[in-house]
Amino acid sequence: MHPAPSVILFTTLSGLGFGLLFFLGLGMPDVTGMVSFVFFAIAYALAVGGLLASTFHLGHPERAIKAFSQWKTSWLSREGCCAVAALVVMGLYAIGTVFLDTQWTIFGIIGAVLSLATVFTTSMIYAQLKTIPRWNMPLTPAMFISFSLAGGALLAGQETMATALLIIAGLVQLGYWSYGDKAFAGSGTTMETATGLGDRGAVRAFEPPHTGSNYLLREFVHVVGRKHSQKLRMIGFGLGFALPVLLLLLPIEGLALKHTVAAIAVLSHMAGISCSRWLFFAEAEHVVGLYYGKR
Amino acid sequence: MTELPNSTERKMGLVIDLDTCVGCHACVISCKGWNTENYGAPLSDQDPYGADPSGTFLNRVHSFEVQPKPCGSEPAPAAQLIHFPKSCLHCEDAPCVTVCPTGASYKRVEDGIVLVNEDNCIGCGLCAWSCPYGARELDLAAGVMKKCTLCVDRIYNDNLPEEDRIPSCVRTCPAGARHFGDLGDPNSDVSKLVAERDGMDLMPEMGTKPVNKYLPPRPKDQMEDQIDILAPLLAPVAEEPGGFMGWLDKALDKLPGQTSGGSN
Repeated sequence: MHPAPSVILFTTLSGLGFGLLFFLGLGMPDVTGMVSFVFFAIAYALAVGGLLASTFHLGHPERAIKAFSQWKTSWLSREGCCAVAALVVMGLYAIGTVFLDTQWTIFGIIGAVLSLATVFTTSMIYAQLKTIPRWNMPLTPAMFISFSLAGGALLAGQETMATALLIIAGLVQLGYWSYGDKAFAGSGTTMETATGLGDRGAVRAFEPPHTGSNYLLREFVHVVGRKHSQKLRMIGFGLGFALPVLLLLLPIEGLALKHTVAAIAVLSHMAGISCSRWLFFAEAEHVVGLYYGKR
Repeated sequence: MTELPNSTERKMGLVIDLDTCVGCHACVISCKGWNTENYGAPLSDQDPYGADPSGTFLNRVHSFEVQPKPCGSEPAPAAQLIHFPKSCLHCEDAPCVTVCPTGASYKRVEDGIVLVNEDNCIGCGLCAWSCPYGARELDLAAGVMKKCTLCVDRIYNDNLPEEDRIPSCVRTCPAGARHFGDLGDPNSDVSKLVAERDGMDLMPEMGTKPVNKYLPPRPKDQMEDQIDILAPLLAPVAEEPGGFMGWLDKALDKLPGQTSGGSN
């Protein structure tokens, strides 16, 4: 799949943003006033910034409002509805903590659940696609949710929880890569089933339908950069999980130093997740490539 | 709503005969011609006369080589070239419809045709992601998703002569490799053709239940000995070279170095 920067940015940033909103909704950290304002500002900047970025790849972003209508069948529509609901409910909760010095716990809990539901709906947009076997498995939502929770805990300054959640997310990541590598072969879809000619002999793409490129090849058959995927996995894993966990475990005295180290851990985590998300798209193989004899 | 209908009154679709298709791409061109001028946004081309031309097509013809396996002690038969037209299969369980967030994609109850209402399409591309067959292409100029309409603006069009009220690709095919009809009616010509020729689904494991069917190529004729009554009269005249060529052949065989080819 073509790794569109807008979608990588969207899933990375909004995943973190909604993860942070989840913890803020549960009162972690238990803050009010200005400190609370800063936390919510970061969370909304990430979540809303990500959502806005996602509209950049649309052919007609001005019609995006119509995307709220089909929640009965469409995960993309459900994501839109969930995201708006989460932002509205958490907005009410934020008004309470920032301006009124009160915590409307019920809004916080509903907002936290909706925030996590938003991440889940995002992941299901990908996980529902049978056409992309690497995405079509339960580890895809597990990955999105564990990343979001780990990043959210890190941003919320929940050191102990962040350490544990980062380790879990790292393990989910390793599992996703391990199972994902076998997914296409396991799907049973081959050039033989794609053409229906398998019982006659070995099928080979002899001549493509067009000499140039087209939308299908540009969007679904992205092979550039896959050759570096093993190195990028190491970089993504190191920056996203290993380094932040190490930094969290360092015994550090002093508030300023602690904040600096936490900031480095957050930036490292974001860079690692972006790298992992790039691979998520670049390594994903769509079955339509089989008609071109490509993956 | 982009919910799929439980059933459709008819299942209009195409039957494509892989035995007959000669790979001329006439269906591709007539499809582009009709559909760029009629239903919805035109099918644009990008850089059409430049170094990297590309464009939107609703129908494309692939060509595959099939190499049959050796059978027993017989050598492997010659590889077969199969031309393979591919367009929307108007699936009964169309994943492209249910993933659509705006309701722009829908499947018609009256005839099962899968269509895009372009005024509602936001160009997110998710329907194309969900289609295993590559039947949908996002038009870069219009920013909306394009797909085969089964020439919905021809098949019910009273302004056209009756023989033209079939999809443009079917009307054009010079080999008669494309057939159009109601695949939901077991007594229709297309359904009989599918039954007779063991029509098949593409990627049945995807669970999309395509309406369009493909007729597999017929097995190649097995030539029996002496099927041609003139064959004895047409036996090779000189299997072993004689005369000057024979002497030259033997002389060259005696020279050191490798001899390639057969025994001669």
